[in-house]
Amino acid sequence: MMEHFVLPNSGHVRDAESNKLGMWLFLFTELLLFGGLFIVYLVYRALNPDAFLLASFELSIPMGTINTVVLLTSSMTIAMSITALQKGKKELALYLMMATVAAALIFMVIKFFEWNAKIHHGLFPGMETYSSLPAGESLFFFLYFFMTGLHALHVIIGAIFIAVVIAKVGSDKVTGERISLLENSGLYWHLVDVIWIYLFPLFYLIH
Amino acid sequence: MSDTSNNYVNFFQAKKGIKSWIFTLDHKRIALLYLYAVMSFFLVGVLLGLLMRLELIAPGETIMKATMYNQTFTLHGVIMIFLFIIPSVPAIFGNFFLPIMIGTDDVAFPRLNLLSWWLYIAGATLALLTLVVGEGPADTGWTFYAPYSVQTGTNVTMAVMAAFILGFSSILTGLNFIVTIHRLRTPKMKWFNMPLFTWALYATSWIQLLATPVIGITLLMIVAERVFGVGLFDPAIGGDPILYQHLFWIYSHPAVYIMILPAMGIISEIIPTAAHRTIFGYKAIAISSLAIAFVGYFVWGHHMFTSGMSGPARIIFSILTFLVAIPSAIKVFNWTATLYKGSIEINTPLLYTLAFIFQFSVGGLTGLVVGALAADVHIHDTYFVVGHFHYVMFGGTGFAMFGALHYWFPKIWGKMYNTLVAKVGFTILFIGFNVLYFPMFVLGLLGMPRRYYDYLPEFTLWNQVSTVGSWILATGLIIVIINLINAYRKGAKAPVNPWGGVTLEWQVKSPPPLHNFDRMPIVSEDGPYDFSEEYKQKIKQA
Repeated sequence: MMEHFVLPNSGHVRDAESNKLGMWLFLFTELLLFGGLFIVYLVYRALNPDAFLLASFELSIPMGTINTVVLLTSSMTIAMSITALQKGKKELALYLMMATVAAALIFMVIKFFEWNAKIHHGLFPGMETYSSLPAGESLFFFLYFFMTGLHALHVIIGAIFIAVVIAKVGSDKVTGERISLLENSGLYWHLVDVIWIYLFPLFYLIH
Repeated sequence: MSDTSNNYVNFFQAKKGIKSWIFTLDHKRIALLYLYAVMSFFLVGVLLGLLMRLELIAPGETIMKATMYNQTFTLHGVIMIFLFIIPSVPAIFGNFFLPIMIGTDDVAFPRLNLLSWWLYIAGATLALLTLVVGEGPADTGWTFYAPYSVQTGTNVTMAVMAAFILGFSSILTGLNFIVTIHRLRTPKMKWFNMPLFTWALYATSWIQLLATPVIGITLLMIVAERVFGVGLFDPAIGGDPILYQHLFWIYSHPAVYIMILPAMGIISEIIPTAAHRTIFGYKAIAISSLAIAFVGYFVWGHHMFTSGMSGPARIIFSILTFLVAIPSAIKVFNWTATLYKGSIEINTPLLYTLAFIFQFSVGGLTGLVVGALAADVHIHDTYFVVGHFHYVMFGGTGFAMFGALHYWFPKIWGKMYNTLVAKVGFTILFIGFNVLYFPMFVLGLLGMPRRYYDYLPEFTLWNQVSTVGSWILATGLIIVIINLINAYRKGAKAPVNPWGGVTLEWQVKSPPPLHNFDRMPIVSEDGPYDFSEEYKQKIKQA
């Protein structure tokens, strides 16, 4: 039996470029997923400008601002961790990744208190106050919960993704030479950040 | 080339047992997993279609009540669209032949490929569970139009979640193919050395990737509206049903190109092989695939000419719709030109191809009729649209899929089917198809609306013709499938290259070995359809 011939362009060989390309393509799909929601938001904002404005006063701008700062900082730490690992500073990279996960946790805690306050006021879809709102305002709160909820889900997935990479860096399965998994988790985290950059002004700031 | 060595192990023999199939990372095995699943659902969809035709053999209630008829056509649509046509060509033949045709041993992400199949099975299971869970399967039509879809008591939520999961499967397949085509082509294969099937899959994959997420989020909104009673799309509680239609068609119109483009790719493979000459207008066909994919994004509004849109919007959508005809016609003219003065071998795959060109042309030209504003107002939501759609989807993609099955059967299983029976089966299928669907154009022009279990007595004759056609079609289908199953069980050994094809899959053994190539594939510098003696000599010597 002849020795097994392996093609130079085999699909079973690790290829950093493929991994990165795959991740970018996946990010496109995520953008389009949120894109559908942004269209719905824009249409209903255009149809109910006053109701959306009124409802937006219910949201806490300080809390939203703190969360924006937290998320932007975490994007910086994950980017720094990639550079650190490329320069061979494994320990520093690990600390920076842990800082990113910690930021994700802080974001979620603040988000929890925000949601909790709204739910306390009966503004969650199906609750009493919510049901008595005019149609435009109830749409605002529904979209608020739906879009920030879907975003929060992405924060959680991103944090888990980074936690997995932390373990892999710890056990040297991801290193400066084989860094694409860390880079991909970073790309994903930046996406989470970018979506928030749009959600924050749309819901909290536009007056 | 010759597989005389006795110790040659093909991909069927490489591993044994059920686990070696359902957890396989081999693109060929995943392709066959898809084949068996997709064909099973196809037969279920056909059965539902036959039941609908039987109901319509006479006016009034024949074999089922209105609600059941509504559920039948909804399930027929959901199965045929999401479980059959969308995955049919890319997931079966794309998975099997894309890596081989570009000279590699697998897709870029084999694990992701397996995940796609599992998601497909999960989505399919959910879709079928609607039959037994809750208030029965959805009765909204496969479009899930609001507000009815948020008001009906039937199991819309589950059907919609099934479509959501199937969408994910489709996205991952598309993503995998794009990366595979970008990164894994054999070093000597430049972009314009790729077979046209690969080009078609490339264009399709981009649509899968960029359109499917929109339907995903739209379907989630339907679920949210049903669960929380939010007025997103239901006008009774402040929603906008037209917005739903826009979001739905922003995906679902590009999706019809997910269904037809890979089929066009198959036709572009079979024709040069059968004519034994290079394809006419290679670059034009390759680029027209991308053009169809691109223009296809901007025509969704033509589904909504009668639902309420401004005049200018309707005119723009109508003009853009007409634009799609240009790249489609480029393909048809090039295929015909390839046959001109070729030394044509009339084999079974070519018969399916010719039927494709005829039926796709009928479907395409009637598409222009529905795309014209004034005509559409008259025939919107009539049987004319049903006829048009089935001519493109079944007469086009369905026939191309069967053509592909006959073209690549000897490569996949290394066996040959009975060609006489195959041709007889094809002929009956072809006649049955046209008898079944052509009367729908007449019925539509006469004004018979779609999606009713009942009709006025004056439509009886053409409905009966159509129902008889469905029986002829079913007979042809049975002959074709039994012939292939017989070939699988006890067919004669097929030669490596029974049709004289020159793309790379004809350089590997039949069935292919686990890693496809046991030497570097030989790529011609004169493009993928190089039928010169010189190139054939080169392959022989290797």
